[in-house]
Amino acid sequence: MAKEILLGKTLEELTQVVLDLKLPKFTAKQIADWLYKKDITSIDEMLNLSLKARTLLKENFDIGLTATIKEQCSVDGTKKYLYPTNHEGQFIETAYIPDDDRATLCVSSQVGCKMGCLFCMTGKQGFQGQLKAADIINQVRSLPERHQLTNIVYMGMGEPLDNVPEVMKSLEILTSDYGMAMSPRRITVSTIGIIPGMKTFLNESECHLAVSLHTPFDDERKKLMPIQNVYPVKDVLKMIREFDFGRQRRVSFEYIMFKGINDTPAHVKELCKILDGIKCRMNLIRFHPIPNSPLLGSDESTVEEFKNLLNKKGITTTIRRSRGLDIFAACGLLSTKELVKQQNKDF
Amino acid sequence: MQTDSNSEQILTESSVVSNTEIAPGVFVLKIRRNINFKPGQYIGITTDKNVAPRLYTIASNTKDDVIQILYNVKDDGWLTPRLSEHKFGSTIYMTKPDGDFIDDDSPAWWIASGTGIAPFASMFRSGLKTNKTLIHGGRFAHSFFFEKEFRPILKANYIRCCSQESAEGLYNGRLTRYLQDIETFPEDCRYFLCGSPEMVVEVRDLLIDKGVAYNKIVAEIYF
Repeated sequence: MAKEILLGKTLEELTQVVLDLKLPKFTAKQIADWLYKKDITSIDEMLNLSLKARTLLKENFDIGLTATIKEQCSVDGTKKYLYPTNHEGQFIETAYIPDDDRATLCVSSQVGCKMGCLFCMTGKQGFQGQLKAADIINQVRSLPERHQLTNIVYMGMGEPLDNVPEVMKSLEILTSDYGMAMSPRRITVSTIGIIPGMKTFLNESECHLAVSLHTPFDDERKKLMPIQNVYPVKDVLKMIREFDFGRQRRVSFEYIMFKGINDTPAHVKELCKILDGIKCRMNLIRFHPIPNSPLLGSDESTVEEFKNLLNKKGITTTIRRSRGLDIFAACGLLSTKELVKQQNKDF
Repeated sequence: MQTDSNSEQILTESSVVSNTEIAPGVFVLKIRRNINFKPGQYIGITTDKNVAPRLYTIASNTKDDVIQILYNVKDDGWLTPRLSEHKFGSTIYMTKPDGDFIDDDSPAWWIASGTGIAPFASMFRSGLKTNKTLIHGGRFAHSFFFEKEFRPILKANYIRCCSQESAEGLYNGRLTRYLQDIETFPEDCRYFLCGSPEMVVEVRDLLIDKGVAYNKIVAEIYF
């Protein structure tokens, strides 16, 4: 039987581990130090633990680090890594995006995705499984460039707030003193607007929130994002409006620009209307078509004009730089190729 | 539509009228109706006020005295193994209805897999019976829930695609193969999809590939 994994455990869980092994309670903090602050790859390297403690740990646990199995490098420095998960035949992608004085890691939170957004490559894989906190933390911990990292965004494969318990655990480990001690202001979790998950996330973490909006019109959004049928964007915005983000915490909206669909002045007008009263930023994203997609990206002048109009109306708007285009850094293509398709579907 | 909902929500009490296993591992739960809803909407259900409700699409007629929920028991789930033990008179907690997977009397194809038939059952039972084509995919001959109601009314516009068994009146094969073999799809028509994410994405891609405009497709996913 596979041993339990230490990586991804919170300090509270590690404390339970050491107490179960009848080790001193302070050993939990020492283990957390080795797991999250240092570069070791085996329990044997946890040198300030007693020999007895290391032996007991090795008998019962694996450290849980998993190296990347494939790497693609873009001409612009962006790298995409493919990691196996704890489920056989399942893979996740992680994108490392260096940019002047910052280096951002885009992590995955699920294998595949259930949300079925029309414009998303990951959605075409269907849903394979939830990642554990260990799988999420491993994307950071096993990253060759981990010491250069300045920011983390949960914008890789999957919908983070459809995996709330494990995502919240990973955020605790990334931001707590016993863990990686990152500032929560350097972490952004992106969601398509799963309201219950948003409530938990906003109440129990201090990280930034990004919401995939993509159109202000309900009927249009329904066709792009099935989630609109369950959690309409007006309810998402109501919830955001009622939450006190304080001075430091940020909410931003992601808006992929689709040619002739969501890039008109009427969309600008409606965006201003529905976002009225929300202190936010808007990120415009160029759409790079995925195979068999009926959608096309807006042309450059339209994107620029859309940005200018929104800025004029008082919504701080930027255009996200496209990165890693030559390696399809934004898509689920790499993992889709590796995916072992399940054979027995029930439809 | 089935999903977790892990926030505090206003729950109201209702009592179980019946809870019947209609196929292996698949149940129809009937609870007293104390709310109004639109066909295609969902409610959250839990058996314990302290445990977040899971969302299920209502399968019943808006005028019935009861609300019907179609669910399958997931052995590793929290709710459904407990729910399946509930009997007449026991208490269930539910949220108010919500959701926007709503059809009207214009022409539409309803495409469902498994328990994804629930919203279409509600629409049908609430009066949407003409201009509709219903295509239901399931593994076994017993997977076509509520077929006795659909067959006499929808007749040839009710297609049951059975992937793992053959029987009279069933199309033997996956729902996607059935759709793949259709040359052209009506243009002046909407396509409502409900089922697993894999089914929804595959069928949507297939329809778009065959010339259906993406904005004619409305999808509801289990998540």
